[in-house]
Amino acid sequence: MSIKMRQEEIIGEFKLLESDLEMSINYLIELGDQLTPFPENKKTDDFIVKGCQSKVWMFAEDKNQNVVYNADSNTVVTKGLVSLLVRVFSGHKAEEILNEEIYFPEKIGMSRFIGSQRSNGFSAMVKQMKLYALAINIKEKK
Amino acid sequence: MKLSIKDQVDVSSIRKQFPVLEQSINGKPLIYLDNAATTQKPLAVINEINRYYTEDNSNIHRGMHALAERATAAYENTRKSVARFINANESEEIIFTKGTTDSINLVAHSLGGSILKPGDEVLISCMEHHSNIVPWQIICKQAKAVLKIIPINKRGEILIEEFLNLLSERTKIISVVHISNTLGTVNPVKRIISEAHKRGAKVLIDGAQATPHHKIDVKSLNCDFYAFSGHKMYGPTGVGVLYGKRTLLEALPPYQGGGEMIKDVSFTQTSYNEIPYKFEAGTPNIAGVIGLNRAIEFIESIGLNQIRNHEKEILLRATTQLSEITGFQPMGTALEKASVISFNIEGVHPFDLGILLDAKSIAIRTGHHCTQPLMERFNVEGTARVSFAIYNTFEEVDQFVWTLCDLVKKLR
Repeated sequence: MSIKMRQEEIIGEFKLLESDLEMSINYLIELGDQLTPFPENKKTDDFIVKGCQSKVWMFAEDKNQNVVYNADSNTVVTKGLVSLLVRVFSGHKAEEILNEEIYFPEKIGMSRFIGSQRSNGFSAMVKQMKLYALAINIKEKK
Repeated sequence: MKLSIKDQVDVSSIRKQFPVLEQSINGKPLIYLDNAATTQKPLAVINEINRYYTEDNSNIHRGMHALAERATAAYENTRKSVARFINANESEEIIFTKGTTDSINLVAHSLGGSILKPGDEVLISCMEHHSNIVPWQIICKQAKAVLKIIPINKRGEILIEEFLNLLSERTKIISVVHISNTLGTVNPVKRIISEAHKRGAKVLIDGAQATPHHKIDVKSLNCDFYAFSGHKMYGPTGVGVLYGKRTLLEALPPYQGGGEMIKDVSFTQTSYNEIPYKFEAGTPNIAGVIGLNRAIEFIESIGLNQIRNHEKEILLRATTQLSEITGFQPMGTALEKASVISFNIEGVHPFDLGILLDAKSIAIRTGHHCTQPLMERFNVEGTARVSFAIYNTFEEVDQFVWTLCDLVKKLR
């Protein structure tokens, strides 16, 4: 499934929740729970995403020329948010990740339930994921 | 604590004066517990601002027409009300500012800038809001003075002995908060002021959180400066007050230059206006100042004793109920405390609590509350904070705690 299709899938799921704030947040928390467990020894400053109000750790690996992300947060809501990004980007080629724009947050009204200030943190996560993709892309070309 | 009928307030009739509280969010009635950030505004304030712009709008002081006269009279009436409200000697000791932050910056710039010499010391406490830290850092850096921190104990109370040890002939200014926005601690400011004066130091009190809850008497406190904001005491945003003793205000250089604050201007020489105008450069927030008068009237119509008693009961109920939650970790358990509770719940991040309570239409605040050094002192990233005002009810407290318990069960 392409990055765009995954974004559309998320938009569709949140549409089903009919803008119910509580249900949307609970669903987000459920999604966060499904993330692959993050290694405790990587919960260090080296893997922290700068610019987030809560703590977010992330790393990426090159698996058969696809970028696979692993992420975690110390807050369940943020963990849910980063899980959406992992779902959208993980398993795609670095070049695809670098070329695709993220548009689903606006469509699911994300700022409504995390506030505009914390949306900056979300942008920081996207930026970090693209930086990982860029690093892998450069490595692949070498 | 049992209150007599005389001391009890009719919260339901008070609530009717706050239209914002009547709304539902996400299909649930709003419970507003973020009063330390800003209080809601009664109709009297809202209507007065509307009336001012509808009937009296004009620039003040220099106009020779009816509108200017009315606007000036209303503006200056607020000055008199503020002076009475905090028991200042005279209305000239009341300067209107943008808010507490602006008031503190004024003192840091004008007082700090004129008296601090290299090696001099400024004392602030560990529980200060960033607004009462950063202006002093700036001026101390400029003057090569030293900023020293008065430590606090585990309950969140100033260590008086440590404070006395820090006082020396080098101490020139002490700036402390009256009531902590994060801990709710009511500081012994009268004692601090008296000890500071024995050493010849000047004292500024940050009263942003005190004026909505406590009767302030600047004469009895004998503080040199007292700063507070309109919006935390049911008044408009963008208007604040700096009280200063006449002799000090007269001696200080102006903070900002511009219209209103001058007597005569030429390209070679400018003479400044008398106080308080010397410190009110430019067109002020006229509507805000006039609205503040109605906020003071609102507080006085209930009475600060009644407000304090009601909030004490609310605080006691909330503290008692919250303490029963497993893993409840309060931050700030001072013996003298205002209606603020900062807390963490073991195993649950305050950010999650804030978002999930918001989804249930309960407004609280989470984070560092602009007191990052205090968070460091208690070794926490942030807290959840509930803060109460005169319009909060016992039912709201019960609903909040019940909802919180439910969320904690789900999140653990």
